[in-house]
Amino acid sequence: MPHDLIIPAHPAPPSQPLPHPLALTRVGLSGFPSPAQDYEGRTLDLNERLVKHPSATFFMSVTGDSMVRLGIHEGDLLLVDRSIDPRPGHILVALVDGEITVKRYELLGNRPHLCSGNPRYAPIPLDNLDCQVWGVVRSVIHEYPV
Amino acid sequence: MIGLVDCNSFYVSCERVFQPRLIALPVGVLSNNDGCVIALSTELKAIGIPMGMPAFEIQHLVRQGRIHLLSSNYELYGDMSQRVQAVLEEFSAGVEPYSIDEMFVRFDGFASGQLLEHARQLHQKVRQYTGIPVCVGVAPTRTLAKLANRAAKKIPAYGGVCVLQADSLEARGLLQKIELGDIWGVGRRLVERLALMGIKSAWDLAQADPKRIRQRFSVTLERTALELRGIPCIEMIDGNEPRQRIMTSRSFGRLSGDLGEIHQAIRQHAQCSAEKLRAQGSQARAVYVFLKTNPHRPDLPQYSPSAIAELARPTDDSRAILHAASQALTAIYRPNFAFMKGGVMLIDLVDANRQQLSLLDTPERAAQRDKGHQLMAALDEINQKMGRGTVTLGRPSPGAAWHLRCAHRTPRWTTRWEELPSANIR
Repeated sequence: MPHDLIIPAHPAPPSQPLPHPLALTRVGLSGFPSPAQDYEGRTLDLNERLVKHPSATFFMSVTGDSMVRLGIHEGDLLLVDRSIDPRPGHILVALVDGEITVKRYELLGNRPHLCSGNPRYAPIPLDNLDCQVWGVVRSVIHEYPV
Repeated sequence: MIGLVDCNSFYVSCERVFQPRLIALPVGVLSNNDGCVIALSTELKAIGIPMGMPAFEIQHLVRQGRIHLLSSNYELYGDMSQRVQAVLEEFSAGVEPYSIDEMFVRFDGFASGQLLEHARQLHQKVRQYTGIPVCVGVAPTRTLAKLANRAAKKIPAYGGVCVLQADSLEARGLLQKIELGDIWGVGRRLVERLALMGIKSAWDLAQADPKRIRQRFSVTLERTALELRGIPCIEMIDGNEPRQRIMTSRSFGRLSGDLGEIHQAIRQHAQCSAEKLRAQGSQARAVYVFLKTNPHRPDLPQYSPSAIAELARPTDDSRAILHAASQALTAIYRPNFAFMKGGVMLIDLVDANRQQLSLLDTPERAAQRDKGHQLMAALDEINQKMGRGTVTLGRPSPGAAWHLRCAHRTPRWTTRWEELPSANIR
């Protein structure tokens, strides 16, 4: 294709709605700062997205598969936030008989209970002395073997 | 007003967060090398086991399942301490860490009516967020805050939180009950001398003429007396101030006379010290190395030497520090002694940014120095990311005598991916 057929775009294409995040250098020597300068070095940080209270957030791994129905598999990583007050519907890490377990917080007949994903285990009333809330599961990370 | 937040049985509490079955059982944490008990739960104290009890003397209780002893897990304690501090920072006007489990907290700008409510909230939040139980003492001065904290811990009616106003009846009642030896900064010999003057309780000291206290004793005690009255005199030392010397030392796991083994231990300590040195942005002018035989074994020949090796110029380069430490060790090591302990101290520290360059400094040397800096920075970064000891200068041999004994260390629950606690679903 002959060169003279390439018509320079005019007017210039509209600028992108957001400055491109990885512009790291100044343009030329004119001293005129690049408009992208304020956005330098931004990368997406999973901590920022998932960890809302670093001092109260703990990681745990999962053993057992009774919560598959709720999307929690053996070997998954749980992000547990202790700063959240538990509400019905939350997935909780709870201490039952001195053991760390995962339960779902539900109201049964207006009384708070800890329920298992497995029907073999009966719901435990939360006012039971041997059971205590440890923290609220904020997210589950499931890694696929790739 | 200033608060003192003190974590209850801190090391044991850290362990219990992740091992809830230890709650309400007698639990102790052992020193480096599993030597003696350095932290006790109240239940262990109640059995009559004192701080510093050698572990082997109570091994039979462990075997009978009556008590639980754990190796110290400093990585866990350090992380939990930082979490406690972070929560306090979120809910106060500022935090000054005093030790791993004690922090002074600023309560500037709170109306006195809200203070108790706020202190209670702090007490509850730290417990909820981190799982660590704490006691909170709030008062106009640090010395009184210490006493308020003690009251919060010892007197059940306070429920872990005590706010003391200087001229209140409550403060008076408390000071009259508190013995001198329990006051921050008053040692046993002072107690005896003060008793001769008729000063027996904290209240007596608060009422004494401060000038007379200064003449008879010291400015320090005068300050303490004033602080007991509610007049602030003690400012905190800035915790971020770089340390003036850096020491790394450990007992060997067993007595050792082998130069190879001891040399490795000294190299390891030197590297560890060099890392701390770089972390605080200092350089050392000299390296002090010492060895110790076991003084409790009079049947063995005793020899506890030390030597200082000067560095050609102030440096934070592990290689130079290691070389100097090796030289010092060679100078003091003698065969046929069973050494118990060895250590490395970096002394005469200077600020890395203000180092004096030698007259003989050339561009080549400067370039070499820059390369050295890059190497050390890379070393520190790798060791920080992948765990201490991932990259070292010269591999230590596993199983050497100086390796720590930590047979009962719990996993580093909060700082290692491969050691996370597991939640069992059923």
